Amino acid sequence: MHETMVAKNLLDSIAAEAAKQRAKPIAARISCGSFNAVNDEVLTFAFEAISRGTICEDMKLEIEHKSIRGKCSSCHKQFDFDLTKPSCSHCRCDKFDLLPDPPLLLEEIEFEME
Amino acid sequence: MGKKIQFGTKILSANEEYAQQNSKLLREKRKYCLNMISSPGSGKTTILTRTITDLKGKVRIGVIEGDIQTQLDAERIRATQAPAVQINTNGSCHLSAAQVSSALAQLPLDQIDMVFVENVGNLVCPSAFELGEDGKVVVLSVAEGDDKPAKYPAIFSKSKVLLINKIDLLPSGAVDFDVEKVKADARTLNKDIEIFCVSAKNGQGMDGWYDWLLKTVKRSS
Repeated sequence: MHETMVAKNLLDSIAAEAAKQRAKPIAARISCGSFNAVNDEVLTFAFEAISRGTICEDMKLEIEHKSIRGKCSSCHKQFDFDLTKPSCSHCRCDKFDLLPDPPLLLEEIEFEME
Repeated sequence: MGKKIQFGTKILSANEEYAQQNSKLLREKRKYCLNMISSPGSGKTTILTRTITDLKGKVRIGVIEGDIQTQLDAERIRATQAPAVQINTNGSCHLSAAQVSSALAQLPLDQIDMVFVENVGNLVCPSAFELGEDGKVVVLSVAEGDDKPAKYPAIFSKSKVLLINKIDLLPSGAVDFDVEKVKADARTLNKDIEIFCVSAKNGQGMDGWYDWLLKTVKRSS
């Protein structure tokens, strides 16, 4: 349900940029780490609901989920973390550090050409 | 094709700005702050009332209570004589840093050593919103099941402390809960996490938690 607040913040950022660009935004790409627990359907629904009647109405949202990465203590390589197989995918070592969850980012906005 | 502009800006930056202000205020005043997160009914408020009462004379605790509705939890805290500010989120599933900012302004910070924020009961959403705290404490009661670190990894990966509560229920066999599995899963997600098995009801195991808390608050002040 925190998607409502994510949608509100997203709408504010895109609307501010649209005013600067003096153009209508038609699509946006956002990314987040999988620990951020953003549900695509809920976020899309919330964004549609609050963008109605604004310059962001009918925008398309693309949401990219990034894996949590681990860094192996033996071979120092990075790998996609999986709790069901908690070991380095390169050397199978089970000593590693989890890297911070990638934050929720607004990566790109596409505007209508004049 | 439209015109594409790249950003890479944080979507929750408005919340983060408030969180940074809170953190700055707490650091200036030398008040340690913990953000307590769990499912509804895991025993957060009972842990707090017992901790406040048992540590009277050792550490002065102030509490910010987050709930969707009611003043019930703040009233339970105030019954221990500790100051408490209740935030009602009116439907929102987590506390925001802005709400905590106005609650901090209402707490008598000069009369306390540390602040506990008891977040809205929810194991998912609160983990995504920094409040300016020094650390998170996740509470998991044994009645909730031992699969929770696997199902809700974010909060376990981000917490300083895991309190496994209601362990008084274990000896009867009324609940199936493998304590060692939970510890192992939590440490896979977070190798530095401190884990204490407690019963806030009968006080079992609370001493280990108190030692950690007193040591940590002392070090930061």
